[in-house]
Amino acid sequence: MNLHEYQAKSLFGRYGLPVSEGFACETPEQVAEKARQIGGNKWVVKTQVHAGGRGKAGGVELVDSPEQASEFARKWLGQRLVTFQTDEHGQPIHRILVETATDIADELYLGAVLDRASRRVIFMASTEGGVEIEEVARETPEKILKAEIDPLVGPQPYQGRSIAFQLGLKGDQIKQFVKIFVGLAQLFEDKDLGLIEVNPLVITGEGNLLCLDAKVNVDGSGLFRHPDVKEMEDPSQDDEREREAAAWDLNYVALEGNIGCMVNGAGLAMATMDLIKLKGGAPANFLDVGGGATKEKVTEAFKIILSDNQVQAVLVNIFGGIVRCDLIADGIIEAVQEVGVDVPVVVRLAGNNADEGARKLADSGVNIIAAESFDNAAEKVVAAAGEQA
Amino acid sequence: MSVLIDKDTRVICQGLTGAQGTFHTEQAMAYGTRMVGGVTPGKGGESHLGLPVFNTVEAAVHETGANASVIYVPAPACKDSILEAVDAGIELVVCITEGIPALDMLYVKEFISHRSDVRVVGPNCPGVITPGASKIGIMPGDIHMPGKVGIVSRSGTLTYEAVNQTTVAGFGQSTCIGIGGDPIPGMSFIEALSLLEDDDQTEAIVMVGEIGGTAEDEAAAWIKDNCSKPVVSYIAGVTAPPGKRMGHAGAIIAGGKGTADEKFASLEAAGVKTVRNPAMIGEAVREAAGW
Repeated sequence: MNLHEYQAKSLFGRYGLPVSEGFACETPEQVAEKARQIGGNKWVVKTQVHAGGRGKAGGVELVDSPEQASEFARKWLGQRLVTFQTDEHGQPIHRILVETATDIADELYLGAVLDRASRRVIFMASTEGGVEIEEVARETPEKILKAEIDPLVGPQPYQGRSIAFQLGLKGDQIKQFVKIFVGLAQLFEDKDLGLIEVNPLVITGEGNLLCLDAKVNVDGSGLFRHPDVKEMEDPSQDDEREREAAAWDLNYVALEGNIGCMVNGAGLAMATMDLIKLKGGAPANFLDVGGGATKEKVTEAFKIILSDNQVQAVLVNIFGGIVRCDLIADGIIEAVQEVGVDVPVVVRLAGNNADEGARKLADSGVNIIAAESFDNAAEKVVAAAGEQA
Repeated sequence: MSVLIDKDTRVICQGLTGAQGTFHTEQAMAYGTRMVGGVTPGKGGESHLGLPVFNTVEAAVHETGANASVIYVPAPACKDSILEAVDAGIELVVCITEGIPALDMLYVKEFISHRSDVRVVGPNCPGVITPGASKIGIMPGDIHMPGKVGIVSRSGTLTYEAVNQTTVAGFGQSTCIGIGGDPIPGMSFIEALSLLEDDDQTEAIVMVGEIGGTAEDEAAAWIKDNCSKPVVSYIAGVTAPPGKRMGHAGAIIAGGKGTADEKFASLEAAGVKTVRNPAMIGEAVREAAGW
């Protein structure tokens, strides 16, 4: 689960880490009011969406008056921001973060991620702050400084000092960096995070470190023990169909093609998409109905797949392990009757009670194309979609 | 011989009295798995499915001589359950539950890295089966057949697909190990592959991977230097879209790795027979093994 910048900064604040004074606002009036409350004569206004690249997309602006701040809010609130990290529809903007403007002397990069390969939380830092950090990693990986957090002893000040000196920090900045490093590592552990990014971490005109931006991703599996973080969830940032699917415990991802897929298990679902592609078709979605596929879930899955009007054929590929294929067959028959499916549906059932499932489908009278094998199912659905097109 | 489990493996179930534990233990017993008891704290002294229930794994091991445990407890309790089993001297811990926090598995992995006498399979996996002998997990027993192909996989139902194809082809399986799809699994591909490499019954190996992480690349490097048996591999997710990105840290650490195409390339460079069509895994085994 991703957090908004203002939410991430509120977590940073709880750990005593330096962030700008700011407020997340939902109306232009509130933006102006909070700008006055913050005081000064320069402010930054930032759209709050779950995506990077906001600055280049016009979603961040420096303003000279509360009126300009509310003008920015009027322009963006209720709109969608498209950046290089979003799809072409962009992400909806429901809040503007207004902050005091910072006098920036230099920009650094600081990030942390749970690394699968080393099974450690790894911190990364670089003098190359801002947006070009991935290029730096690719072309001059030696410029990325790293520190591994030992799970037994946690973050140590010497690790922070080592990075700080290599970054060229001086005097009190060393202490400030160690505090940020140790604080972020603690936050990572305490809140079951998957990623933290401070890009940029800036050196202000007065020579102090400040977390100017904040990106945080939380491990969804850990949310049960962090009700305070769970509250920060913003479903409006997720695709509407994906959200609907999640409510039924279905894992759905929309794609560009015309063949709808309903599969049990994420690996088999990906394999099904791959095979459709290999046979010359294009999958319209990824959909994992999960292990406990019930009649209701199958019906909902059909509704979600068919709500995409690109879909010209549907492939149901179920390998019954725990789930019985005859029950899946009942679900398919009911769903097709209830939802009124008007595109060809190819069904392949294998495993637990597959023969009984196939018999039920054949006897049902509903218009379903039975497939004998995985390969054959993909061929049939690609052919069926071709005829519809 | 097979690997990890055989007909003499003495298995307890942690979470035996729950719905999942009950259902799958019944299935395992019907398959012939030597179930010797279960653990549900507070229900010690009771009997369930004709098996003795214990309050702790330690008591279960003491009374039954169990050397393997299968875990069906809810995700929030899994770290505790795995560590309890390891501490009680269980040699093989198979955790089926999905949704365990990644940091919990980081600690589990750290805990077991100092102990060479224990293996943890999973979480978020179908389990381990030695066909015709013992089944620890949720896989459908009847698609398996005793035989000569070792299977290791990150996926659940996709593993069944590979099993089914090697059964239909008449090769059968020595042992199938579902290592699970989580970012930090208890058992790595390499650990599973080295077991299968050392196993007399295993004549060929199928490795099923997925996009994400670099476990398949590490496995490829290991195979190149250590594996004498033919290996067939399929990687799911060629068509999967890159996930919605947030920030750069993930991309920096992965260094551009993790796509299916890159994994296929690593494996091919290591001499592995890769297959792009997931319905052709059995056929590829036939070719690679010369059967």
